[in-house]
Amino acid sequence: LSKGHQKRNLAIHEYLSMELLNQYGVNTPKGGVARTPQEAFEVAKKLGTEDAVIKAQVLAGGRGKGVFESGLKGGVRPIFSPTEAEKFAKQMLGHKLITKQTGSAGKICNSVYIVERKFVRREYYFAILQDRKTQGPVIVASSQGGVDIESVAAENPDAILTLGVDINVGLKKDDALSLAEKLGFSPKIRDEAADMMQKLYKLFIDKDCTQVEINPMAESVEHEVLCMDAKLNFDDNSEFRQKDIFALRDTSQEDPREVAAAKYNLNYIGLEGRIGLNGAGLAMSTMDIIKLHGGEPANFLDVGGGATAEQVTEAFKIISSDPQVTAILVNIFGGIMRCDIIAQGIIQATSQLSLTIPVIVRLQGTEVNAAKKLIAESGLRIISVDDLDEAASKSVQLSKIVDIAREANIRVSFELPI
Amino acid sequence: MISSNSYNDTFKNLRINKDTRVICQGFTGKQGTFHSQQAIEYGTKLVGGVSPKKGGITHLGLPVFNTVAEAARELKPDASVIYVPPNFAATAIIDAIHAEIPLVVTITEGIPQQDMVKVVKVLKSQNKTRLIGPNCPGIIAPGGCKIGIMPGHIHKVGKVGIVSRSGTLTYEAVNQTTQVNLGQTLCVGIGGDPFNGTNFIDCLKVFLEDEDTKGIILIGEIGGSAEEEAAEFLKEHNLTRSQPKPVVSFIAGLTAPPGRRMGHAGAIIAGGKGTAGDKITALENAGVVVSRSPARLGITLREEMEKAGLA
Repeated sequence: LSKGHQKRNLAIHEYLSMELLNQYGVNTPKGGVARTPQEAFEVAKKLGTEDAVIKAQVLAGGRGKGVFESGLKGGVRPIFSPTEAEKFAKQMLGHKLITKQTGSAGKICNSVYIVERKFVRREYYFAILQDRKTQGPVIVASSQGGVDIESVAAENPDAILTLGVDINVGLKKDDALSLAEKLGFSPKIRDEAADMMQKLYKLFIDKDCTQVEINPMAESVEHEVLCMDAKLNFDDNSEFRQKDIFALRDTSQEDPREVAAAKYNLNYIGLEGRIGLNGAGLAMSTMDIIKLHGGEPANFLDVGGGATAEQVTEAFKIISSDPQVTAILVNIFGGIMRCDIIAQGIIQATSQLSLTIPVIVRLQGTEVNAAKKLIAESGLRIISVDDLDEAASKSVQLSKIVDIAREANIRVSFELPI
Repeated sequence: MISSNSYNDTFKNLRINKDTRVICQGFTGKQGTFHSQQAIEYGTKLVGGVSPKKGGITHLGLPVFNTVAEAARELKPDASVIYVPPNFAATAIIDAIHAEIPLVVTITEGIPQQDMVKVVKVLKSQNKTRLIGPNCPGIIAPGGCKIGIMPGHIHKVGKVGIVSRSGTLTYEAVNQTTQVNLGQTLCVGIGGDPFNGTNFIDCLKVFLEDEDTKGIILIGEIGGSAEEEAAEFLKEHNLTRSQPKPVVSFIAGLTAPPGRRMGHAGAIIAGGKGTAGDKITALENAGVVVSRSPARLGITLREEMEKAGLA
């Protein structure tokens, strides 16, 4: 446990992003969402085309190369009839899709998006984000869309164009036209492309997006400009004024422990690629120090400022529900948060859960002496350490003892010296 | 014609001391009240506060005003600390800028990014007000003036300047430097938000110029390029001194796995930089001693300062 803070920035399903684009007058291929194989049949039929694509609605990248638990390979597949739509929907819906980004646990697919397949002659990359360096909105675009844009950026930096936008002025038509020209949109459709860029910028601002990524923005063989795919992220801080957007959050796509933690106003940080966004300085440094001592952190749970004993208990429940955990290290520097409150929570949790794994507690700051007294008098197997280095080192040592015991298939219990 | 560097020059307003007069925006709210009491107990010269519609009453024995403009006119404060909730905080900051308050410290967490982008535009177009934060623990000159939520009792008057992006890691650095008897001159939590008022370099300028500051601790973390820029600054301005000030740093997140990427634009703009490894290399090239453990900041700085005959 440690005190920290983390932002994820809301992501919503592809079909919802496309609907939002349409609301802003942005052209996309026609499509519809389906939650049952029968619905998939009907959506495909309504589309009335022989060339369509079925896309698993899972919030992770790499869907195309992913594999379903059911054995089906590929989360994005071309389909040629409503019957095929129904057939694939059956193998996708209710099954987990495992991609490079989901990790081995995969993510559940509860809906599919069936969309007409448009044949394109040119693909562009277009994104808008709030940029730290220039401290404002920036457009990032390239004439080499549709492929791994980061490789493009690495191998051919000239292929990436950036345009800063003054937030008080917005994206002017002239600037959008100039960008469209630089990107290589043909004169016939330049105006349409520029208009689309302005509409995307308006969406970006109206909905408090942190990022709008269109890859590809395409010119179809019929010379239309369309957004073929959209990844939208929304500023978590704007939830209070974007209730409609945040109602679209799909918790089935999130780590269940994160969802459980969030209910108690706690931030759960799972280890597969969650840390590395903003904040959580003490959490990250606690992990650093455990690794320095040769240990492997399994997960982290951040307790916010002003935590109650109940919250600490819930936090313990969530952390110890992970069978891999062999020791728990609590690292709290109490400023406004009082150490004795944390201690109460730890004592409550340890006795309620009958924890057999060692709990090492390193508390510093406000009311630390009261906290240590409570822990000592509790009679529970909670080890109190003042120094962070020592706390990390002890956690690693004790967790090794538990590991060895588990391997030997024996139980080990810890006694504190009197 | 205001020069483009004029906001940068306001870094001097970071130098608070026992005479700094402070007002509180969001004075009568729960957070404002609690932290104002703590500040008064510490010895901060709190002189009044702002709470819309409550102008005219007294709170904690101090006058309350409806607006920052009124408070500024009547009290002429040197600083304002903001505990206003996130939906109104950006407006509160802009009000303080319009009232030309020299130092504004915004503790509030959760201000929408877009709002802060607009605040930063206003901020950078003027040269009277310096902003710290938002989403930061604040600034403290031990023994003199505490503006923020940091636990006062772990600080000790001394010789070290501390600047940090992470709130609670700052307390670790403070605690350790107190324990090794170095003490602190000024501690600034610049906060974790991407759009904010003060960066590492602003604080390093103060520390390098301040005669009482003999050593420096800089705490960074992965993401962005603030640490790399700080390293460039130190190379140019610290290493070139006849006696460079010892700088110790810790970068959180060295062992963190790569973050989950939400789209590529951010990564493209970052150009592959922003890893802990990159930051550590950049800082070491600027003569900074980078501790691999967050528990050894005090000890490491003590060693460096003893080597330089400064402790």
